[in-house]
Amino acid sequence: MPKKAVTPTRMVLNQLKGRLRTASRGHKLLKDKRDEEMRQFMDVVRQNKVLREKVEKGLTEAFAAMSMASAVMSPETLEQSLLYQSRRVELDVSYKNIMSVNVPVYDFRTHSGGDAGTLPYGFAQTSGELDDALTKLYEVFEDMLELAEVEKTMQLLAEDIEKTRRRVNALEYVMIPELQENIRYITMKLAENESSTKVRLMKVKDMVLQDAHNFS
Amino acid sequence: MYKIAVVGSPDTVIGFKALGLDTFPVREAEEARRTLKALTRTEEQNGDEYSIIYMEEALAAELTAEIARFKDRPSPAIILIPGKDGSLGLGRLALESAVERAVGANIL
Repeated sequence: MPKKAVTPTRMVLNQLKGRLRTASRGHKLLKDKRDEEMRQFMDVVRQNKVLREKVEKGLTEAFAAMSMASAVMSPETLEQSLLYQSRRVELDVSYKNIMSVNVPVYDFRTHSGGDAGTLPYGFAQTSGELDDALTKLYEVFEDMLELAEVEKTMQLLAEDIEKTRRRVNALEYVMIPELQENIRYITMKLAENESSTKVRLMKVKDMVLQDAHNFS
Repeated sequence: MYKIAVVGSPDTVIGFKALGLDTFPVREAEEARRTLKALTRTEEQNGDEYSIIYMEEALAAELTAEIARFKDRPSPAIILIPGKDGSLGLGRLALESAVERAVGANIL
């Protein structure tokens, strides 16, 4: 028996059949979408893993170098030499469409004030360790940016996959079986009606014949 | 214009300042929470917007609820970085939770 009351008429039957067709088609399309999203997602996850290890290793090294520098230099000098920001990092964000999920793409430009190289200070009062630390940090920064991009992509994709997966499951395990059930119910009901009409007609015919010819 | 912020302990962020990023030294989680709130609010006020926020793991550990709110939004991206004392493995945990969310099981 169907869960909801359906009127067993041909019109409803036709409507249900149409809905079943749409649902099956949607199910197939969503399943394909999910599969492709999943493939992309696994790629991104793999990238993310590699990048994260790289960034964590790089940062640990940079911080180690930094603490070397702060051991050699007095805290005041260290702070003083880093106080002045000779460069500004500007970020460009554009969006890329992966399987109708908008994911950010980052692009950065560095504005260096004047002819300054990588280091924002003069060499007179600072130690070589600081130069070292900053160079390392600069190297790891590019990976960090890529990590940000990849990680955000991963999070957004994960969200969308979850949504798609739920839709696929709802169609597959709820909507489509329910429609099929209803269609079967109506078909059976219609057949039943038809046979009862037939029996009734035969019966009437018998009665009419009986009256007319008085035989059997 | 889009900008990058780094939130962490003073020792951690000082190096990033030299790179030209906006740094926000904080000492404890409550301060970090306020900073994060302020950083994400600026996007409504004017054209400037922090698109990437790097946050030290040790602080992020206490702000999981706040950070989770931004997971489904395209911007900003909140990325955990290890602090001065090395990695806590939280970044990896974030990766695993995303996988679990998408696949339904942790397959890593």
